[in-house]
Amino acid sequence: MAEAKIRNYTINFGPQHPAAHGVLRLILEMSGEVVERADPHIGLLHRGTEKLIEHKTYLQAVPYFDRLDYVGTMNQEHAFVLATEKLLGIDIPPRAKYIRTLYCEIGRILNHLLNVTSYVLDVGGMTPLLWGFEEREKLMEFYERVSGARLHTAYFRPGGVAADLPAGLLEDISAWCEQFPKILDDIETLVTENRIFKQRTVDIGIVTPEQALDWAFTGPNLRASGIPWDLRKAQPYEVYDRMDFDIPIGKSGDCYDRYLVRMVEMRESIRIMQQCIEQMPGGPVKVDNRKVAPPPRAEMKRSMEALIHHFKLYTEGFHVPAGETYAAVEAPKGEFAVYLVSDGTNKPYRCKIRAPGYAHLQGMDFMGKGHMLADIVAIIGSIDVVFGEIDR
Amino acid sequence: MTQALQDLGDYIAAALPNEVLKAELVRDELVVTVRLAAITKVLTFLRDDANCLFKQLMDVCGVDYPADEQRFEIVYHLLSMKQNQRVRVKLRTDEEKQVPSVTSIFSAANWFEREIWDMYGVFFSDHPDLRRLLTDYGFEGHPLRKDFPLTGYVELRYDDEQKRVVYEPVRLPQEFRGFDFLSPWEGGGLLPGDEKAEKH
Repeated sequence: MAEAKIRNYTINFGPQHPAAHGVLRLILEMSGEVVERADPHIGLLHRGTEKLIEHKTYLQAVPYFDRLDYVGTMNQEHAFVLATEKLLGIDIPPRAKYIRTLYCEIGRILNHLLNVTSYVLDVGGMTPLLWGFEEREKLMEFYERVSGARLHTAYFRPGGVAADLPAGLLEDISAWCEQFPKILDDIETLVTENRIFKQRTVDIGIVTPEQALDWAFTGPNLRASGIPWDLRKAQPYEVYDRMDFDIPIGKSGDCYDRYLVRMVEMRESIRIMQQCIEQMPGGPVKVDNRKVAPPPRAEMKRSMEALIHHFKLYTEGFHVPAGETYAAVEAPKGEFAVYLVSDGTNKPYRCKIRAPGYAHLQGMDFMGKGHMLADIVAIIGSIDVVFGEIDR
Repeated sequence: MTQALQDLGDYIAAALPNEVLKAELVRDELVVTVRLAAITKVLTFLRDDANCLFKQLMDVCGVDYPADEQRFEIVYHLLSMKQNQRVRVKLRTDEEKQVPSVTSIFSAANWFEREIWDMYGVFFSDHPDLRRLLTDYGFEGHPLRKDFPLTGYVELRYDDEQKRVVYEPVRLPQEFRGFDFLSPWEGGGLLPGDEKAEKH
């Protein structure tokens, strides 16, 4: 029989594919069922956030950050308000720091719950998604109680947070922290030792530590490759230096390790949240600087000056001294950073958003090389991409 | 911490006297300004030197200063896990000059440079695959330049007769409003109408 000649062909994966996690368009060059080259086409969700921010005041820019990674929203706002505060040279009250830390960890659990469970869905397990989303709903309720919105909260503001915690919220969060590890145990019994899940993920998409550094991987994807690096420990911001928690790292850097790291990180987040609730100090939640933070509503009813401050703050905003800074936070997906250039006016001159998923998706080509088509789905799920932040 | 960073800046400036224009500490962040042609050499040094070991290229971005002769600034952010320090490397270029690509030093630079090409039109020489990244297929112009309008030049709509999406010049029912908040009391320039006072 004559030898059949197999020609390479390309297939178009997405942009409307349930496993593409949004609007990823992937051009795959295949040799049979083996992927030779993966070329991600991004930008289908590009909204020009950076350009828009150049035309908005610093306060108006905050909600745009919710719309980047819309899974754990407050962590994004955090990088921007840290950058603004650094340029303004203000220090926020301790209670605001604790609230921010608490809500950043809620955001981390929100993100990891969505990622882990939808990842399991991609490789064939349906149940964890339903369990995880029930818990996400409870967490988003905590978001709602403090800011009025489930997702696009705009809660962190330059100079503190928008409002103080309502009465009884901390007790409810504390009660949730008690019962949540049980849910994690349930998910783990279903997934961690599951034979099908392991067949789909172990030794798939291996990233060596050298590759992880070279491709600027951060967050759980970096730690899964065995590099113990977490900005919360290495360059602590807010009150992370007062928290006692551990950084899980992986051994082999494959899809399975990335899943394990996220599962352990959720448990560590619970520890941080409990410590925050325990240590939560009293006091104000915004700086007492009327040029940056608005006056209380009651004061505006009596004081003309407070009224003027309020009006100026919500029309003109505040002027930020000229300069530039780079503020990075450990967002759930990795290092989320804002490079902010100010020219002394009330609008940012340039606001570059460094999204962790951008660097991770870039590694799709080397991670997918030599794998089967079905493994591409597992890799996309494990690197945790959300297109709001990649396309910006 | 700050002193260590200052020392590191001095060390870099001393090791690369011809390449580094200045290395200074601004708001406790190390900023190294380099010559355009020397960027690959500087980044290789920063990555491999035993006292630096900036193994990760976190971000590359452009900034546009249309008033300057060298209007574009390319900014590289590097992270050293060993030193637990960050460094910002900057260079200036214009619309004509090509910037040497650093993809051979840090693979991560690939998309960052593509994005700058897309957004600012700065060309990177020796880049393996310099295509547009974020904008639409067949997009014209470089949207993050300061002279590119916020509303853009074209808009899209679905044409029911042609049964496809069509491009049209952008039409604004209301003019885009930009407010000038620069206060004349804070050392701004002339107010509208001031030139009349000069005449009499």
